[in-house]
This record gives sequence, C-alpha cells and structure tokens, in this order.
Amino acid sequence: MSAAGSELNPDTGGRRGPLWFLAEVTYRCPLQCAYCSNPVDFANEKEELSTEEWIRVMREARELGAVQLGFSGGEPLVRKDLEELVAEASRLGFYTNLITSGVGMDADRLARLKEAGLDHIQISFQAATASLSDDVAGRTQFEHKEAMAREIRRQGYPMVLNVVLHRRNLDQIDEILQMAADLGADYVELANTQYHGWAYVNRKALMPTMAQLTHAEEVANRWREKMAGKMRIYYIWSDYYEGKPKPCMNGWGTTFIGVNPDGRVMPCHGAAMLPGPPLPSVRDHDLNWIWNDSELFNRFRGLDWMQEPCRTCDKRFEDFGGCRCQAYLLTGDAAATDPTCHLSPLHQQVRDAVESAEEEPRVMVEQPLILRNPKNSKKLSKKFGTRPKVADAETTE
Amino acid sequence: MNFSAGTRVNLAHGTKFQWEPSQNAHVLLYPEGMVQLNDTASAILKYCDGRSVAEMLAVLHDQFPDAALDDDVHAFLEDAHERGWIRTES
Repeated sequence: MSAAGSELNPDTGGRRGPLWFLAEVTYRCPLQCAYCSNPVDFANEKEELSTEEWIRVMREARELGAVQLGFSGGEPLVRKDLEELVAEASRLGFYTNLITSGVGMDADRLARLKEAGLDHIQISFQAATASLSDDVAGRTQFEHKEAMAREIRRQGYPMVLNVVLHRRNLDQIDEILQMAADLGADYVELANTQYHGWAYVNRKALMPTMAQLTHAEEVANRWREKMAGKMRIYYIWSDYYEGKPKPCMNGWGTTFIGVNPDGRVMPCHGAAMLPGPPLPSVRDHDLNWIWNDSELFNRFRGLDWMQEPCRTCDKRFEDFGGCRCQAYLLTGDAAATDPTCHLSPLHQQVRDAVESAEEEPRVMVEQPLILRNPKNSKKLSKKFGTRPKVADAETTE
Repeated sequence: MNFSAGTRVNLAHGTKFQWEPSQNAHVLLYPEGMVQLNDTASAILKYCDGRSVAEMLAVLHDQFPDAALDDDVHAFLEDAHERGWIRTES
C-alpha cells in the first residue's frame, strides 16, 4: 500500500504503444511567437488533414494505447471542425487537452467545446503586459486573452497557464504570477525557452543571464508557498543552463507520437528537421505500422544507437542521451550526445552561448527578434534548408 | 489534511479515472498527465465519488473482509490529497 501508483516510466526497449498523442491540427496561427517550437520551414507544409482523416488517425492512436490527446498547432481554434474532433476524441476515451493562445476564442465556442467533452485548456501568455506580449509575438490581443482566461474558469474548465520565459520577460516574473493568480489558474507552467525551432534562430535575442534565471526561480518559490493548495507552480529550467540534457520525449518512440497538420508523423516536436528519409505520413500508412515498424520510430529507440560518452554512461537510462534534434542542430549529427550535457565533447559550444548571454549589456535595444510567420519561414528555409542557424546581424538584415 | 469518518471525498476537479486495457490497469488522468494505479489505489479511488470516508470503508470491508484496511485507506487518502488527485467536503 505504500506506493499509490507509478508515475510513467518508459520501458526503454519499448514495444508498448504511445501514451501521448499530439495532434498539430494546423500551422495557421494569429500569433508569431519568436520562440515557437514549430519547424522553421513550416510554410512549406502541404494540405491539412481533413476532418475524416483526423478522426481515422485519432482512432488508430487510441487503439495503440494513447490516452492523452493534445490539440495543438499553430492555433487549433483556427480549425472550424475542432468541436467535431474533440467530440470524437472524447467518445474514444481520450483525456482531451486544448493547447491554445486564446486568440480567436469566444464564450460560445468554449461552451460548445465543453459540450463536445473537452477536459482541459492550456492557455499561453507571452508576458504580463500587452506591450511586451506584442513585441515577442506580434498582435497578441492581450486584454482579450485575459478575458478568455476568466471565461475558461467561469465555465469550469481546469486551466493551465503557460508562459515561455526568456531574456525579455523573465524580469516580469512577479507580475506574471500575480496575473496567473488573478485569473484563477490551477497550474502555472513557467517554462524557460528550449532552443529548438524558432527559439534556436532567435537564441541570441532570447537567452537570459544566470542572474535573471535564479531570481525568477526565487520569486516562483515564494509564490509557490503563498499559493499552496490553490495554484500549482512549475518552474522549468533550460537544459543549456543546467549542464545536463532533458530526457527528451521520455525516450524516443516510447511515449509520444505527434502528427503534423499534413499528416506526417513525428517521434518528437522537432523531428521534421532531422536528415534522412521523409517523415512517414498517415496518408500512406496506418499509425500502427508507423509506430512499430517505420525506420524513423526505430532510429533512436532503445540504447543501441548511442555513441560515446552516452554508450557506457550510467545516466543513459535516465536521460536517453538527451534531445536528438538538439544534437543535430548543434553538431550536425543526430546520434551525437546532446551538447547540453557537460560530458559531451562539444559542450563548450553551449557554455559559450551561456557566457555570451552574460556579457551583453542589459539594454533595451538588443538583437532583433525574427517573428514566426510564413514570410520569415519561407525566407529562412530558403537560406538554410531544414537545419536553421542562430540568427546574427547578417541574418536579420 | 485530516480525514474524519464524515469527510466526503471526490476525485479532483478535471481528473478522470478509467480502465485502460492496453496497460492492464486503472489510470488517473489529469491535465497533460496520467498515473498508472496499483490495485489498492484503484480499489479506493473507485469509491471517491462523493461518499464519506465511513461509507467508503464499509464498502471496502465488504469487498475485502479479511483485510485490516482502515489505516491504509487513511494513509492513501492523505497521500492522494497531497498529490491533488482528490478533493474533500466536510
């Protein structure tokens, strides 16, 4: 009776099904967050899956054992058939999560989604003020988002309030937590930027100083005490600053399966960027085959693919060698040890990035942000292909 | 949190308790997460449906007549409350 249950622990040799199914139903988005995790070349996307195609894919994911379903994007509210998809997901027995910016939401739509069986809403905020929100994400309609967060609570949804933290908003942490408390969030996820996707391109502009990070954590700890029993607060560090890699996706092909708007299937959010054959698509194969038999899902499954120092490292059962996409971004080799690990021979690259964030003076005029929009996507993918580079003065001209 | 005989216990707001055949286990689902439950935990959570601790114990005693389970049930409820899985009304 001592253990109430086991938190998810993957069998790294894994042949069980996925548990988390992320449906990126569209890359269309009214916001342009400069740290978006979507692929930098998202504008090259093909035609979005139809309602019927999504319904088939959800059924296949459920049959494989997936139990959590995230509707994400882009902005999932852009899809007019979202209610229909949620209703089907709910019938299939998924716990349904809507991951949204709140832009494009209204009270009627929230009520219809509730009726369709939506279980939970994660709403993202970019900052505690309208002006900073707009700076990092284009036109964010800050007041509307606040109103929608209140409406989410009024309609009885559990609410996670998510904020991606970086150099420009970390010093607002106290105001951000005050806002979350005022809006009645059940959980607050304070996630420091992970430097993939657009965040990698904008790394110079987004990386904070160590002092900013530790100060923000202290403030978060104070709020955690103050709000105990009312609001749960998670403060998540960036792997760059920790010297150890994240256990990415709980191990490749063990827990997570994601589907792009055009039906390509990913073992992690960033996999579209990796070199190799094109991602398998639900338009050509069923999900069972993709999960169990495709080359992509087996490429980094288990531990056999590892190189030194991972291959003989005790931590390989805990961190699975870190993030494959980050390894590729930073080293050009997707099978390398994630360079955020202090044991990686290329760790100095990460240290250098952290140190240069310290050196730069904290002034208002800094490295400009490249906002995530179709125009910049086309420009960057033309320039770099799928493996983007950190933007510098030359790129942003 | 102290659970008296009259304390009514419900699953926490936004959680779902269900049987997952592919895991051969009951699970508790909550925003963006889940926990796989062992037999004891699922036997208790099944009755966290608004009934009181006394009522819950009565059913569990019927179901497991040979077990001395009062202390275990209390310990579990405290743990589950701490983890945010259940809510209470007096």
